[in-house]
This record gives sequence, structure tokens and C-alpha cells, in this order.
Amino acid sequence: MIWLVKGASAMSNARSAILERLRKAPKKPIPDLAPWTPYATTTESAKDRFCRLMKGVNGQIVETTRADLVATLRQVLTDKQAKNLLYAPNTDIGRTLDAAWATEPGPQLVAYDKPIEDMKAVMVNDIDAGITSTMGAIADTGSLIVWPSADEPRLMSLVPPIHIAVLESSKMFDSFPEAVAKLSWNKKPPGNTLLISGPSKTADIEGILCYGVHGPKQLVILFITD
Amino acid sequence: MTQVSHDFEHAAVKALGNQQLRTNFRRVMTGLMAKRAAQFPDQDELQALRSRGASIKDRALAKLPELLVQLEQNLTANGIQVHWAETVEEGNKIILDILKKASARSIIKGKSMVSEEMHFNHFLEENGVAALESDLGEYIIQLAGEGPSHIVMPAIHKNKGEIGKLFQEKIDGQGFTDDPDELTAAARRVLRQMFANADAGFSGVNYAAADTGSLVLMSNEGNGRMSTHLPKLHIALMGVEKVIERLEDAAPLISLACRSATGQAITTYVNIISGPRKAGEKDGPKEVHLVLLDNGRTKIYNDPELRVGLRCIRCAACMNHCPVYTRIGGHAYQYTYPGPIGEILNPQMQGIEKAGDVLHASSLCGRCSEVCPVKIPLHELIVRLRRESIRPSGNSVKGGGSRNSSTENVIWFGWKTMYASPLLYRWGTWWLRKIGNLMPSSMPLLKQWTSVRTKPQFASRSIYDLARERGIRDE
Amino acid sequence: MSKNPLPGLPDTVYYFPTCLVDLFYPEAGMAGIELLQRAGTKVVMPGQQSCCGQPARNCGYYEEARAVARTQLAAFPKNWPIVVPSGSCAGMMKTHYPELFKGMPELPEVQAFCDRVYELTSFLVHVMKIKLVDKGEPVKVTWHGSCHSMREMGVVEEPKDLLRSLSNVTLVEADYEKECCGFGGTFSVRLPEISAAMVTDKINNIAATGATQVVSGDMGCMMNISGAMKKAKTPVKGRHIAEFLLERIGRGDA
Repeated sequence: MIWLVKGASAMSNARSAILERLRKAPKKPIPDLAPWTPYATTTESAKDRFCRLMKGVNGQIVETTRADLVATLRQVLTDKQAKNLLYAPNTDIGRTLDAAWATEPGPQLVAYDKPIEDMKAVMVNDIDAGITSTMGAIADTGSLIVWPSADEPRLMSLVPPIHIAVLESSKMFDSFPEAVAKLSWNKKPPGNTLLISGPSKTADIEGILCYGVHGPKQLVILFITD
Repeated sequence: MTQVSHDFEHAAVKALGNQQLRTNFRRVMTGLMAKRAAQFPDQDELQALRSRGASIKDRALAKLPELLVQLEQNLTANGIQVHWAETVEEGNKIILDILKKASARSIIKGKSMVSEEMHFNHFLEENGVAALESDLGEYIIQLAGEGPSHIVMPAIHKNKGEIGKLFQEKIDGQGFTDDPDELTAAARRVLRQMFANADAGFSGVNYAAADTGSLVLMSNEGNGRMSTHLPKLHIALMGVEKVIERLEDAAPLISLACRSATGQAITTYVNIISGPRKAGEKDGPKEVHLVLLDNGRTKIYNDPELRVGLRCIRCAACMNHCPVYTRIGGHAYQYTYPGPIGEILNPQMQGIEKAGDVLHASSLCGRCSEVCPVKIPLHELIVRLRRESIRPSGNSVKGGGSRNSSTENVIWFGWKTMYASPLLYRWGTWWLRKIGNLMPSSMPLLKQWTSVRTKPQFASRSIYDLARERGIRDE
Repeated sequence: MSKNPLPGLPDTVYYFPTCLVDLFYPEAGMAGIELLQRAGTKVVMPGQQSCCGQPARNCGYYEEARAVARTQLAAFPKNWPIVVPSGSCAGMMKTHYPELFKGMPELPEVQAFCDRVYELTSFLVHVMKIKLVDKGEPVKVTWHGSCHSMREMGVVEEPKDLLRSLSNVTLVEADYEKECCGFGGTFSVRLPEISAAMVTDKINNIAATGATQVVSGDMGCMMNISGAMKKAKTPVKGRHIAEFLLERIGRGDA
């Protein structure tokens, strides 16, 4: 297969040419990293900072407790008039919901339990809200940490127009570097990891802020404080 | 003698006469400057963060070849396929080959300025692949058949009324509205189906972490995530200078970019891609590719002073604060990048003979350098390139020396002769005082000056004479 | 950048009037000298100087700029501060002379020269600690922040502090007071249309303040702004800040 060999060697030529030019270039000293501490000069607590930043971008925060989580969720779904809820059955939240809905039903639970190819139409057109867990949050930037997995796929926090996220206050990090260290994020990270800092938005039209472009129009955080 | 282009000046003059453009840009740029200032109330924190950002970038640049190799190793171990391209032609071909192999007829794009360098959309259209822009601003200009006028807000030169008319014209079943929320909802509806049906997704890369083999993508709208989670194939494109040492180094750069660019703490989404869909996962692309593009970057790298321009994190703060950009908009700059960073990159990438006229589009006010989050001395690099344009230092810059003009050489030779000699200076200025005010406004240089100002008046006495009369010592 | 590295008040200072002042505004230059004298120092203005060399350097003509720089370097032999009534020329000498002589044997000498260069208002405030007593009639003025003054010499608040210290002067801030006026040296004639748009906006913003005078520390800017105001018949007078301050405190005996 001449074209295959040619293509491959053209590319390895590019690679070696690029690296050679870079290696032959004048050497500059490698500087030390200049010191930096995130939001060092403020006095607000991590929790207050996170909430302030999140609310400032139209994120909604509903404080609750472990015991009241399901009741709070039901209220949110009623307020938002959600007729269904996309969820991940094989997670703690999923199991909690299945048990709770068994005794007292609510809006229809739709399981994201098949590959997207088999769920596309439903996902893109028919879902009102989706619920995911979080790995924690970052106070510096007002961000949720979401790590999709086989059980809780990527699109759960993106496609439904309302994203409901469960956050435990004990998992509040000051900064992204702190989260990287504490979660061992830099040791073989999952294929996709996310920071989510509010509902989707744009200012492309005359610089005017509009919410709900391609991602969720609403982000509701169920903030477990105990 | 290579053909030297003067297209910039014509384009700039045209833009200056466009009142709507002037009004749009002035309003939005003023707003962005204020938003940035509001994000940095503490000057010490700002300077510390800028130093951090500059040092992260300088470390990565100093170690660039090693980091690229490490990045490639870790990306490959993560299941991401890495390709290298020296030129835009090579890059386009590599991507087309990937698409053909996957029988992909459509690709939905997150915003990528590097793809503009490649004239990517045009190339794909010519080769039977539909390239669909999904970033709202890029979608708008794609409908209008235009290029981006700003690197972060591509359609900022358009009014909501114009966008409303455009949507009515180009989107089936869309009536006229100029309400931004309704326009956004219309775009969401259309693009949602495109996301669902596209054969492939495309993105740029804000930072590529060498230690973890990860691609970090920032987006506010969510289209970046849609393009990289939904389709079964994801192709990412990145300039070779975007690699950083460690994943956590992204944090100060993200903070700097977002606060400098649009006055936000962070973009809505930071999407960190460290591999394709794994066994058992239900979404994500099954194939992920990264194309590393040179296109003149290694040449820039080869010059220690010009290399500093490669720190750029494409935040657009420089153009937001540029008094020239705000009056002429992005299209006048003719090539991919507008504003001060465009004045550095375009001549180096396209060659000074083609793109060098933009080098004088600066009064050297220095505001760009003042606000650059990674401390690139932009206005100093502009002067360096001006120097290269008339007297190249070796082979540092493509098209070096192409703007050397014998007329200007004579002028500066004359100026130097007069000003380097105190005697000739006194003599020359004595004559200027005698006849200078007789010079007609129509003569070259005065003609340009007097288009909007009165002629400067040569004083009848020299300050040295006045001083001597008033008893000021000269030693 | 150190604002006052001198141990106490200097006995004598050098003065670098700038070529624009010499050619077009010598009285503004003389006002600067008189302010320094009134502040309590002797002033020496060498005759062997001419121009800082900025126009050539900005156009990329480094050899020519260097040749002219050497003449200035030789004209101020004693170890006295060199005071310049222009942030632009001061900035050229202080921040760009080391660049012009990079890698050359003269560099240490050049650096020593650069360390002695000061912009006038900054020198008056931080070194001379000048105290002004306003003897003039009430007046409303506005200020233009020259780019190189602010961004190369770090001079932002000093001129405004001096203006605010005058009891009968009302200082009004113009919109975009720190935006470039469009002079940029040769920029004003290379890209005259863009420069014209910038200066037109600048004078409109100045006129909108209702001030009767606009002051600046740079005659390059002022030549541009005044020239535009005169052509547009804007009822505002443009002054170098030194002239304005001297007028307010009353000219002393010559």
C-alpha cells in the first residue's frame, strides 16, 4: 500500500522536522514558576465564595440535608414542571431515586442505560431534566467538578435543558490545583472530566448575555450541607 | 522585488467610514475593558497572576520539544491518535484523510482560530465534507459568508437586527425577531439537530497537558462539549505552542484568559479530554485525534525575542484595549488574527511582504502590553518586526527586508546626520525656524498632518537662546 | 521603578528640553526650568544635545537612533539627574537606550545614564516635593494621559495630584482620558486616517467636559491635540502642564 506508506512517512517527516527545528533553536533558561495563591486577599469562606460566584452566573443553589435530599428534589422538579428526569440507575443517587419512586412516584425516571446511539432522539428532544453526582466543587472559580463514567455518562450534564447536580459541602476545594492533588486527577484521569460553572450562555449577539445556548439553560445545585 | 501589499490601509479607511461598525465596536470594547477592570480590583493579585502565567508559558516554551514528545506519548497511551503537520496543506490533508477513512460527510465545529489559519471550512467544502460551525458567533458569520472580526466574539460587528434578518433569510421557518434570547433559541434548535446527526466533531485546544495526556477545552455555550461528546469521531487541532507541563498549570491560565477576555471568573465549561469512549461507557467519541500544526511557529520559536509571542493564550484582551482595533474592527487586518497579536503573528506567518503593512497600524501606545495576561511586550515586538521589515537580522522573519524603502532610508540618514551632530542640529533647526512656516500644507507629510490639524508653528527662537538670555547655564 | 532613589534634594539637575519643545514650544520648556528652580534646584541645560532618537527607533532604524543617542549620552557628563518635560522622550531614554546598546561594550555606561533620567512632573512630586500655591482665577481644566508617560515612566497620578493641589483649579476627567490621542510620532502621517479618527474622538471628549484648558505632560500629544482643536475651532486651549502650573503659581522674577 504505497499511499499508506507515503502518508505515514510524510507525517513522520513532519514530526521529525518540527522537533528538529525546536531542538536546534537557541536555548532559553527554564524559569521558576512565579508564586501564586488563588484568591489570597479575600476573607470570604470557600462556601460563600462558591455560592456567590455560582449565583452570579444564574446558577441556582438549594441547600438541603442528606435526609431531605429526595424531598428537595421533588420540589425542584415540581417548580420546574419537569415531566421526566434522566438519571443513572447504577449510582448512589440512582439507587436512592429508584427506592424513593417505588414508594412514592414522581416525574418519569428515564435511565441513561444504553449507548447514546440508541438514545439520541429521546435525549435530544424529550428530556426535561437530568441529575448527576459531582466530585466536589472549586471555590476559586465557582465550579462544580463532574467526572462522567460508564454509569453516569458525559451527556447527562449537557443535553437536558435543566441540569440538577448533587454537591456535598464537605467536598469543597479552594482551587483547581488543590482538587488535582486531592483527587489524584493527574494520575490516569478518566477519559472525560469537567468543570461546570453555571448554565450555558453566550454574549455573541452585541455582547448581550443570553442563557441556554447548547448546554442546559438552568443549573440547579442540591447543596448537601450536613 | 517582492510585491508588497497595502491592502490594510484601504481596508482600514473603509472601516473608519462605517459608522455602524464604529459604534458597535466602541460600545462592546468599552464594555469589555470595564469588565476586565472589574475582575482585577487588586493590582498586586493581577501582577502576581500575570507573572505566574508568563512563567508557566515560558517553562513550557523552554521545554517545548520534550513536552511535545511527552504529550504525544501520554495522549497515545490514553487512546488519542496524534498527527503532526508542518503546513496548513498537510494539516488539511491529514484531517480529510481521517474523515474519509471514517466515511464522514459532515463535521460540526467548536470554535478554533487555528482552523481559520487553515481555511479549513473552505477546504472541506471543496472536498465534499460539510463543515458546520456551532459556536453562535461562528454560526452567524458562516450564514453570512464572512470571517470572524474578533477572536472570541466573531460576530461582534453585527447588530441584532442584522442577525435577525440573516436568520429569517437563512433558517427554514424562521420569522424575523431581533430579540437576542429568541435568536439564541433559534440557533439552539437548528444546531441541536446538527449535533445529533454530524458524522464527526471538531475542536481547537486551549491547553494540552503533557503530564496527563489531556486536551483542555473552554466554552461558554456548551457547543464545545456537544461537538466532542456526541459524534463518534472527534478531531482536535492545535498549534504546537499550546502544550503546558502539568494539568494544574491550566488553572492560572484559565483565570487570566477568562478575566482578561470577557470579565468572567471562568468559562461555563472546562472540558478535559483524556481519551475516547472506553468499553462500557455509553457516550463520547470512539475515536479521538489530535493534529499538531506548525505553520510558522517553529520559525518564530527560533528567535529568542519573537518566541515570547508564542506565550499567547488567545484571550483577545490586547485587541479589546487597542484604540486602533476598536476603530477599524477585525476584518481590516486582512489575515487570521486581528489587533495587536495579529500585528505580530500575521506578518510572521504570511510573510512581511504580504502582511507587513499592518506593522504600522500602531501608535505604540502600549496598552496591549499592559493588559496582556501573559506579559507579552506586544508593542515592543511590533517595533522589532518593523526593524525586520527594513533590515532583516539573518533569516529570522519571512519576508524580512521586503519593506526597505530607499526614500525612507535617505530621510533617516539625513535625520541622523543632522541630529547626531550638535553643530548641524543648531544649523538645521536655525533654517527650519526661518523657512519652516513657509512650507505649504500640500507638501508630503504636512498634507497628512493638516487633514485634521493646523500646521505646527516653528518658534522664532530656540530654547537654547532663550535659556542663555535668562541666565541658564549650559554646563 | 524607584521614584526617588536620590538621597535628599539635588543641588543641580540637567534639563533635556526635547527637540519638539526646542522647535515649536520653547516657552513650555522654559516653564519647566523655572518650576524646577522655584522648587529649589539649579538647572543646567547642555547645548550639545538634540533629540532622544525615538522617531528612528520606532520605525526600526536602530543604527540611526543609536548614532543620535550617543550624542545625548555624551552631553550630560556629570552625575546629576536628567529631567525631561516629556514622558515619551524620558521613556525612550530610560527604557529603550539599554535595548539600543544591548550586547555592546557601552551598555554599563548607558545604563548609568538611564538611571538618572526622570520625567518632570514625577520629579517635582517625588524628588523636589514641590508645594504649589494657586494665585490664579477659578478655572476648569481637563487632563490627557500621555501613553509613554503612563506606561513607560509609570507617571499616572502625579500630574493630576499637582493639578488637584491648586485650590482654584477644578479638574474634570474626560471620557477615555487615558486613551491614545493618535499622535504616535510617524503613525500620524503613515496612517493619517486612523490617527485623525483617534484625535477627533479625543478632542470631542475634551470639549464635552466643559473645561477651558486641557493639559498634558507631552508636547507631542499636545501638538496633535491642539492642532486638531484649532482646526475644529474647539473652544479649549491646550497647554503643557509646566506652563499651566507656572502660570497658576505666578511667574517669579526672571
